[in-house]
Amino acid sequence: MKTLADLKKIREKAQEDLKLRGGNVRIKIVVGMGTSGIAMGAREVMKTFLEEIAARNLSDVLVTQTGEKGLSSMEPVVDLIEEGKPKVTYGNMNPDKVKKVVVEHIVNGRVVSDYVVATGD
Amino acid sequence: MSLKHIDLLICCGSGCISAGALKIKERFHEVLKEHSATNEVNIIETGCMGPCDYGPVMVVYPEGIFYKKVTPDDVEEIVTEHFIKGRPVTRLMLQEDDKTFSAQKDVPFYQKQIKVALENCGYINPESLEEYIATGGYEALGKVLIEMKPQDVINEIKASGLRGRGGGGFPTHIKWQMVHDKKDDEKYVICNGDEGDPGAFMDRSILEGDPHRILEGMMIAAYAMGASMGFFYIRAEYPLAIKRIKTAISQAKELGLMGDNIFDTDFCFDAEVRTGAGAFVCGEETALIHSIEGERGNPTPKPPYPAVKGLWGKPTVVNNVETFGNIPTIFLKGAKWFASMGTEKSPGTKVFALTGDIRNTGLVEVPMGTTLRELIFDVGGGMIGDHKFKAVQLGGPSGGCLTVEHLDTGVDYESLKERGSMMGSGGVIVMNEEKCMVNVARFFMEFCVEESCGKCSPCRIGLKQMLTVLDRITNGHGREGDIEELQRLGESISKLSLCGLGQTAPNPVLSTIRYFRDEYEAHIRDRSCATKVCNDLMHYDIDKDRCIGCSLCARNCPVDCISGSREEKYTIHQVDCIKCGNCFDVCPVKAIDKLPGMHPDVVAHRSELSKAVNQYEDL
Repeated sequence: MKTLADLKKIREKAQEDLKLRGGNVRIKIVVGMGTSGIAMGAREVMKTFLEEIAARNLSDVLVTQTGEKGLSSMEPVVDLIEEGKPKVTYGNMNPDKVKKVVVEHIVNGRVVSDYVVATGD
Repeated sequence: MSLKHIDLLICCGSGCISAGALKIKERFHEVLKEHSATNEVNIIETGCMGPCDYGPVMVVYPEGIFYKKVTPDDVEEIVTEHFIKGRPVTRLMLQEDDKTFSAQKDVPFYQKQIKVALENCGYINPESLEEYIATGGYEALGKVLIEMKPQDVINEIKASGLRGRGGGGFPTHIKWQMVHDKKDDEKYVICNGDEGDPGAFMDRSILEGDPHRILEGMMIAAYAMGASMGFFYIRAEYPLAIKRIKTAISQAKELGLMGDNIFDTDFCFDAEVRTGAGAFVCGEETALIHSIEGERGNPTPKPPYPAVKGLWGKPTVVNNVETFGNIPTIFLKGAKWFASMGTEKSPGTKVFALTGDIRNTGLVEVPMGTTLRELIFDVGGGMIGDHKFKAVQLGGPSGGCLTVEHLDTGVDYESLKERGSMMGSGGVIVMNEEKCMVNVARFFMEFCVEESCGKCSPCRIGLKQMLTVLDRITNGHGREGDIEELQRLGESISKLSLCGLGQTAPNPVLSTIRYFRDEYEAHIRDRSCATKVCNDLMHYDIDKDRCIGCSLCARNCPVDCISGSREEKYTIHQVDCIKCGNCFDVCPVKAIDKLPGMHPDVVAHRSELSKAVNQYEDL
């Protein structure tokens, strides 16, 4: 380690590990993990999100969870919250749909309207 | 990237560890394994988060949920409810006045705080160099080494107005300038981590929670002065702090942040840890230097100052842990930013260790000039129970106490000194109305007598004299003129002692006389301790109207000084009573009162005794 640029490299890599504790988050994915969500496979959905994001090295995307969202009939339910844009809620998610959402919405910025059950707050 | 979506930060400061944080950490590992969720949660040990009274505490990210007083039995619920199902456990959150504070940033304890030296404490893993770098660590060092000349560094510190955080408040840049201006083949920089005040744990917490910050601060200081060797002087009672700083040094060396030609410049630096044996006087810089040299830890007269002739006769700077802790941030955010906080003469923030009869004991950092009221009642959460605030002791055994009338005083070096107290290293002991100020003064005096190194007679003999007078006052033998005697002794000791220990040791006595003279007078003239703390100046008495004659008190008295019967009720023979309080505790009808003042029987007995002694002496 000899220059400030070297230090910066280490810092950027290390900030990745601190991502959960705040910092640069572009999109927050909130998976509803109530009893009905879990029963309908919310854990699988979350795992797929985490795997897909890891595989694509999307460092500015944060996956987190919340409790029952009330839309039991459409579980698993996932919110995508992007700074400055209305919240998008996807319903009836499964690992295949997750993959599509990651490619279309998160990477390319196009909402996958087929899966959307609600928008805005 | 990993699949981990939760950062669990468990506070592993010494306070939380003694409250069982490590057991909880183990339990988390077990439970996560049972639920095969180990790859979803990062368990991170951090340094002190501050609110030690709530310990063991932890924060769960990304939500930033704050849990307090967690026990190993709660772990199962946190894992299944919060980690797996995403439902934070409300039961373990801070609840005050029917309000629940879920996120750490909302907790009132943190509201008025601004963290500079404590910025990363409780936020990063202190044993991870990468996490320190992620928060901007070592960037200041790089910037300083590559872009600035040593004199520019000193000028920047001068512009920031930083003053020594160890207690005296000496401007940091003057010390640095003196060493910078001395030409010598070797210079040294020392970090003073010999924190010995009872009730103080600021330095320990910073060393434990963010060791790299102190190391970086020390390296910037070394560059500014032209030193290439540093020593951390840390007391042996702080094993975790020693371990963490040693880890930090070896990590920095491995990455090339320490050693030869750092950042490809001419600057070379190495540091070692020296362990102190726990003598209070070794916090004094000349004594500390002698201790590092392998000599007995005794102070020597100044001048020569360490900046001129310090460690092994070479120019040396001794700075406190917290002083170093401020330095990297000053270079990252600028001297102007730093000087904009606090007061004009005392810029920046100060870390305090809040202890005593206060609700939120713990580690806090507030801007200089924050009033005692804000510190004690807003950050500290006020007094425990329905008790009233009586006094606050700042600066430990070297400081003085302040009272209700000073609550609106802003805390900075000058305003505290004016009022007979001092900043000290930052220990804040809050006392309620049940504390006897004479007894408090006696406690600190006893501490100083024990810790006096004995080199100079004002401190060695004078403090012992003061303790004798205080002993006399608290055990009911006080005489007219004792208060004046204490003041005379105290003032001479302050003026004549060799080092800071002796010079400041009379402060607690002098300040309590200044603000609580009536208590001293009551102890001497009325032989009465209103707070019933001084054993000889209070007594127990049985109220015959309420006594039911059950004999429990008599049976529990270890010296058989209670007698009576069911009909006559019970009486305490005051002369023999040792004030153990057993009777008071066991009485089923609360017929025993704890009363201030020496009982008339005891007064009579004592005067008879002294008469007998006088007669014997006359013979």
